[in-house]
Amino acid sequence: MPPVVGGGLAGSELRSRRCGPQTATVVGPDKTADPAARSLKRPAWGSRHFEAAGRWALLALVTLLSFATRFHRLDQPPHVCWDETHFGKMGSYYINRTFFFDVHPPLGKMLIGLAGYLSGYDGTFLFQKPGDKYEHHNYMGMRGFCAFLGSLLVPFAYLTVWELSKSLPAALLTAALLTFDTGCLTLSQYILLDPILMFFIMAAMLSTVKYNSCANRPFSAPWWFWLSLTGINLAGALGVKFVGLFIILQVGWNTISDLWHLFGDLSLSMVTVGKHLAARVLCLIVLPLTLYTATYAVHFTVLNKSGPGDGFFSSAFQSRLSGNNLHNASIPEHLAYGSVITVKNLRMAIGYLHSHRHLYPEGIGARQQQVTTYLHKDYNNLWIIKKHNTNADPLDPSFPVEFVRHGDIIRLEHKETSRNLHSHYHEAPLTRKHYQVTGYGINGTGDSNDFWRIEVVNRKFGNRIKVLRSRIRLIHLVTGCVLGSSGKVLPKWGWEQLEVTCTPYLKETLNSIWNVEDHINPKLPNISLEVLQPSFPEVLLESHMVMIRGNSGLKPKDNEFTSKPWHWPINYQGLRFSGINDTDFRVYLLGNPVVWWLNLLSIALYLLLGSAIAIAVQRGARLPAEVEGLSQVLLRGGGQLLLGWALHYFPFFLMGRILYFHHYFPAMLFSSMLTGILWDTLLRLWAWSLASSSLARGLYVVGNLGLLLGTAYSFYLFHPLAYGMVGPLAQDPQSPMAGLRWLESWDF
Amino acid sequence: MRVRGLPASRGGGVGVVPDAGRDRGQGVLQELLLLFYKMLGFLKHPVVVTANINLNVVALTAVGLLSRLWQLSYPGAVVFDEVYYGQYISFYMKRIFFLDGSGPPFGHMLLALGGYLGGFDGNFLWNRIGAEYSSNVPVRSLRLLPAAAGALSVPMAYQILLELGSSHCAAMGAALLMLIENALITQSRLMLLESVLIFFNLLAVLSYLKFSNSQKQRPFSPSWWFWLMLTGVACSCAVGVKYVGVFTYLLVLAVAGVHAWHLIGDRTLSNVCVLGHLLARAAALLVTPAATYVLFFYVHLSLAYRSGPHDQIMSSAFQASLEGGLARITQGQPLEVAYGSQVTLKNVFGKPVPCWLHSHQSTYPVVYESGRGSSHQQQVTCYPFKDVNNWWIVKDPGRHQLVVNNPPKPVRHGDVVQLVHGMTTRFLNTHDVAAPLSPHSQEVSCYVDYNISMPAQNLWRLEIVNRDSDTEVWKTILSEVRLVHVNTSTVLKLSGAHLPDWGFRQLEVVGEKMARAYHESTVWNVEEHRYGKSQEQKEREVELHSPAQMDVSRNLSFVARFLELQWRMLTAKSDGSEHKYSSSPLDWVTLDTSIAYWLHPRTSAQIHLLGNVVIWASAGLATVLYVLLFVWYLLRRRRKICDLPEDSWLRWVLAGALCAGGWAVNYLPFFLMEKTLFLYHYLPALAFQILLLPVVLEHISDHLCRTQLLRSLFSALLVAWYSCACHVFNALRPLTYGDRSLSPSELKALRWKDSWDILIRKQ
Repeated sequence: MPPVVGGGLAGSELRSRRCGPQTATVVGPDKTADPAARSLKRPAWGSRHFEAAGRWALLALVTLLSFATRFHRLDQPPHVCWDETHFGKMGSYYINRTFFFDVHPPLGKMLIGLAGYLSGYDGTFLFQKPGDKYEHHNYMGMRGFCAFLGSLLVPFAYLTVWELSKSLPAALLTAALLTFDTGCLTLSQYILLDPILMFFIMAAMLSTVKYNSCANRPFSAPWWFWLSLTGINLAGALGVKFVGLFIILQVGWNTISDLWHLFGDLSLSMVTVGKHLAARVLCLIVLPLTLYTATYAVHFTVLNKSGPGDGFFSSAFQSRLSGNNLHNASIPEHLAYGSVITVKNLRMAIGYLHSHRHLYPEGIGARQQQVTTYLHKDYNNLWIIKKHNTNADPLDPSFPVEFVRHGDIIRLEHKETSRNLHSHYHEAPLTRKHYQVTGYGINGTGDSNDFWRIEVVNRKFGNRIKVLRSRIRLIHLVTGCVLGSSGKVLPKWGWEQLEVTCTPYLKETLNSIWNVEDHINPKLPNISLEVLQPSFPEVLLESHMVMIRGNSGLKPKDNEFTSKPWHWPINYQGLRFSGINDTDFRVYLLGNPVVWWLNLLSIALYLLLGSAIAIAVQRGARLPAEVEGLSQVLLRGGGQLLLGWALHYFPFFLMGRILYFHHYFPAMLFSSMLTGILWDTLLRLWAWSLASSSLARGLYVVGNLGLLLGTAYSFYLFHPLAYGMVGPLAQDPQSPMAGLRWLESWDF
Repeated sequence: MRVRGLPASRGGGVGVVPDAGRDRGQGVLQELLLLFYKMLGFLKHPVVVTANINLNVVALTAVGLLSRLWQLSYPGAVVFDEVYYGQYISFYMKRIFFLDGSGPPFGHMLLALGGYLGGFDGNFLWNRIGAEYSSNVPVRSLRLLPAAAGALSVPMAYQILLELGSSHCAAMGAALLMLIENALITQSRLMLLESVLIFFNLLAVLSYLKFSNSQKQRPFSPSWWFWLMLTGVACSCAVGVKYVGVFTYLLVLAVAGVHAWHLIGDRTLSNVCVLGHLLARAAALLVTPAATYVLFFYVHLSLAYRSGPHDQIMSSAFQASLEGGLARITQGQPLEVAYGSQVTLKNVFGKPVPCWLHSHQSTYPVVYESGRGSSHQQQVTCYPFKDVNNWWIVKDPGRHQLVVNNPPKPVRHGDVVQLVHGMTTRFLNTHDVAAPLSPHSQEVSCYVDYNISMPAQNLWRLEIVNRDSDTEVWKTILSEVRLVHVNTSTVLKLSGAHLPDWGFRQLEVVGEKMARAYHESTVWNVEEHRYGKSQEQKEREVELHSPAQMDVSRNLSFVARFLELQWRMLTAKSDGSEHKYSSSPLDWVTLDTSIAYWLHPRTSAQIHLLGNVVIWASAGLATVLYVLLFVWYLLRRRRKICDLPEDSWLRWVLAGALCAGGWAVNYLPFFLMEKTLFLYHYLPALAFQILLLPVVLEHISDHLCRTQLLRSLFSALLVAWYSCACHVFNALRPLTYGDRSLSPSELKALRWKDSWDILIRKQ
């Protein structure tokens, strides 16, 4: 066969895809239908009857154990731990219905808020900083909710692995790995988004696997049930954090290959294939999108009061929030000379044009008054529009009202300090290629560098300028540059507000486009702002833009310790959840090293074993029936899990934002499931290769028991990390944890 | 001459199949030997050169050279990014070390080769676009290499299409399109690297195709080996010119991987033979490129061995290995730091700027602007310039002297030391007071005893990070050390923040509480070092002012230098500043942007980077059409409807994988990049797209035009379309070559898109 690229590739892929599920369905019944023939090699678990009963009993046991570990000492410590300060606070915002901004989608926090509300928490606790005592506030409802979802991860993983491998020991090993992992345990015990996210991810995975196993009965009730449940869980995962996108990719890939297989099945008519496609589009695209949008609808309906998040959003958006000065406001529609205005940058999360009585420090351009942008409402955001050539007060009743028109030359006077918006050929403080913008002049008298031409984007000359609606640019007359904000944070001397520059590059970017927000002019009639309220799709789009910008704004600083993705699988370093000193109650988020290193080893082994089998098959080697079955489980089931692990891990290498250890946990779930399948397969292969059946059976049992007990024992050793410890730090030789500090970098 | 038992045909392979298990080992050995013979088959034949000249290729090369080399030394002024690459050429000419974060040094080296051949002495100040070249700059020979690379892309396009199984007609088409693409011409005629990158990209693809086509007939023949090795070398050259070349390399690797997978599935080959094939590919496509890449750095480091303006970014050890600069100062310093040594301590991380641990008379202000209080003790900072206040004396806590004993008592890993500031004789100290700008960390000061129950805490434990044993001695320059405070377990760290005016805008140094977490900003190394001899403070001050000297030299191994240089290049941050002509990848496909490269100082003759719009538009359309057709065929094949015969389908897929794939891998990654992007970044992708265009056209003519009439009509259309492209080329030619001054009205007429910033002089 000539080695030629695509055709052969696609062809061979198709073939393997097509025969894959068929053999899987053959293997399935074969295993159960023919226990007698296989019992020779099939160890310990004995008859089918016992197996069925045992499966349920084990599931119950696993679930019980999981709940027991997660709910044990849930109330400890009774103070705010780590990110509870954010997510607890946001839960309270929902109860208080105040609007806030967060970089994550709203569902997770909404659920936390709901749990708090149902459990009788009144939203009055401030969640100011980690370490604050809860005292009489009821926090157990929220923690309990998170722990509940976190506990369900274990039975979900158990069922997923059972469905993929049809092997109880594999499922049991997976369940043990997760139950006894101190990291999963810790992460499930606090008011965080992660247990909720992981719950949806695992639920989506489980329902995908379940629905795949219904593939031989398409359009049956369970098929529809699992398919739509997959869609619902996908919406949930994405609604909690954008990391949910990875499980969507996973399910998407699964669905595409499934459809491709159906499409190649010539026994199915095109109509049937079309039905299959439509069902998936409906359940995996339309349904999740609807639900996802619905969470936003709820979010915006519930949060109808002005709060700390207003400034991140556009002026039009703010007019929805009661308590905001734009809510139900009525302001003059057209800009006139003498109006007092605030000017807002059109780019999300830049804020209002601002100035204050502080000068640029020595050595940074001219030593004149600072001009910045500021996200919060403040009197220093107010500016007065004046004509460039007269200083007469236009509000003098003797003058007629004169509107500002597109192309007019104006002067902007800062209301509080009476200095003019000014620019000149000095370089800007941070963006060296731009010009500095300052406040200049005394009581409104400055020089010709205070003149700006006001232009409305895409409008003809001579038009009036509308409040909120008109997108305006301010062009400096002398230098020809455009007023803009670079979005960079000024150092301490600028109060960490954002830099304002005059950019010589005239390209229209959002950074240099502004709109007028507040507008006060007693000589003009007011109109109601109701007409300006954005529609729901606009709001949805805007909030996503703000979130994406917020996310990419979370950049690590150079000289800070940051967690790197390569740290994670090797369990290089944990996260302090609570406490620093030896007298504190300390909780340290760290994976159970035995579990994590076993996982790491398993991935390497899996890759070796998997490629060996794949090459053998490609070379046309004939595998014995037993090995054939096992390798199918390994390649297909394990392959899905490996894909899940890779999808939830590798994209982090590309992310520029600040990363934390806990980002690895969804990947860790997949990796633990892979470990379960891999070791079961390995032990079976090993047992199969031995001549004596009793020896084989013994080996298999001992191997499995060894793994289970080893994990349990390591949990016994490391459990203080999760349940909390007091006393000397581990680097102190007297500490009971001293012997457990296996890596220098662990800090508990 | 032929080895016995080695059948000539491919299928036969090394067909010795041992029948008994006992013979297996021997059989395999025999097979391996035979395979080895076979792999070295090219040695068995005499080297015969048969000239087989394709006049098409000759003609294409000639017109290619003509189009790229015509009036090459015009304009005799710095054009656009020549100002950037030129300075590196000068560095090479003067043998001065430099570091360019934008790409590996191979491209710069090629440009410098032109300078070397033209006898350039490197004396030109590359400071301004449009500056006239002085007579010592051999403009023509500097521009010759990129221009030649651009010219050779034309015949290579022809060859690639032939190897892809297209007709001569289509192949000529591809070459002729390359020939009249204005943007490619502009970019080739200057000291820029895109044309070189495109050349190596195409070379990699061409040689891989040649290799894979000879796979069918004569595996392990000399030409098979030649093309295989050339693929690897071309790939690493592409990566060596610019990092984006790595995407083409990955594409070639992926295609080779798929082919190798089919090879594994070919059951007519014996296992050993397959193994041989795989090993040969691994050697040529993985090992060779890696080795070549390292070789570039080896040449770079041996060429540029003098110290220069980029030294500061590198570690002390690296700097000391360069001629001049730090080496002149540190040459002959005592190696082992002993109690009583006078040292300067440089931060290893060196961001935002490289700096040395520093202290001076000034104290921390009693109250900061934020209202927090300080200890009011003497400031300790990190100072980015050499200064006498950077000197510290390593003191044994158990002794009072500040001089080195005879024999010196070396400081070892784990020892507890005190650091005394040389000019003020105060002790480096930290305590539980929040640092000025990083309130979560401790303040570091030089201790001043105010008698206010704040005791001195000036003991530091030395941790050598890169130690081999736990009793390692602290070495000058080589040892990377952390200073861990004994009382509070904090570690001395450069926070990276600039202190306000009271701290003279120097960098803040703090005691970091998360001492377990390793970060380079907590690591320091001794740069300058001498054994202190003066007992008295006055004498000591004089001693500190005098330059250090002694005479031992130390050299860093090449591997260490390579790794450090590569790491610094990858982490060097380009200030992501905007540029007047920067653009986003979305603008490129539609040619919604342009770059003014050069304007004649008096007339409006100018060079402007503009593409041939007809080619850009049709190449874009062809790509869309290819994808649509591909998906359509793929779906139909899945339902067992084969529109194309098997072999033309396979050719269609391979052409798509290389050409459309080449376009995608050279274009799409730019969406993820955060650096400033320009139109010329799109040119490598465009080159692949141009290759795809004739493939699609030929396919339409062969498979979609059913009747002869349609086919003739289509050919007529093609001729019209190509003349159209020629017309556009001709119209834009004055902007491409910059040789003719156009009147303002002519220039306005050429401004076909509003976003093209063609420069028009005001009258």
